[in-house]
Amino acid sequence: MGQQEKQSIVSIIGSVLVIGFYSLYVYRNYIQADMGLLNDFQFWGKSFLYLIPVAIVVQIVIQILFAIGNRIITQEDISDITDERDKLIELKSIRISHWIFTAGFMLAMGSLAMGMKPYVMFLTLISSGFVASLASEVAKIIYYRRGA
Amino acid sequence: MVDAKVIISNNIRRLRFFAGEMTQQELADKTGVTRQTIVAIENGKYFPSLELAFRLAHTFNVQLSEVFAYYPENDPVHKKLKDKQTKKGKQ
Repeated sequence: MGQQEKQSIVSIIGSVLVIGFYSLYVYRNYIQADMGLLNDFQFWGKSFLYLIPVAIVVQIVIQILFAIGNRIITQEDISDITDERDKLIELKSIRISHWIFTAGFMLAMGSLAMGMKPYVMFLTLISSGFVASLASEVAKIIYYRRGA
Repeated sequence: MVDAKVIISNNIRRLRFFAGEMTQQELADKTGVTRQTIVAIENGKYFPSLELAFRLAHTFNVQLSEVFAYYPENDPVHKKLKDKQTKKGKQ
């Protein structure tokens, strides 16, 4: 398995951990105590804004730990070269995640149009962002295995 | 004789051998790409840009045609264009 594939797998694990623990934390500390928060726009705004930096920091920490672990196990440094193939695969995977997020956004707006509660829209947005990021990493693994 | 599915083949493995059994990593370092990219090119899974193709040829000090070979008879686009021209010719 190539280094990029390993990094994608680590990234998927990181995303799952972040969204899993963050959702659990928000649910236990806020939603469980007051279900009315689900329809509070300020609550959703804060949840989104806190999630983004938390996700970035956790991903960085996980990637650093992976680099250290990889160095110890394989005695190889992670290459800092990004060549044309890496860029092509990055573009292709971003395109996939873009389409998935766009579909999720349409679904989220559709839920509002159909008169559903606002929390359905916010949950659909978060879910589509999460699925889009997973799809991007899975696509990378597939492209790296296929060649490009 | 090449496989009927092969549109572009390459001689990188052979050229590496004649360059003193140059490793894939050495070739990657000399051309500014990752070893995985060299592996993908060698296995015919990835077709490099013209720039990288020339860089590879330059590294081995050979002409581009010695590194890559094109088989138009296996290229579906070439076949399609040829069929179109034949039809036009008949009209």
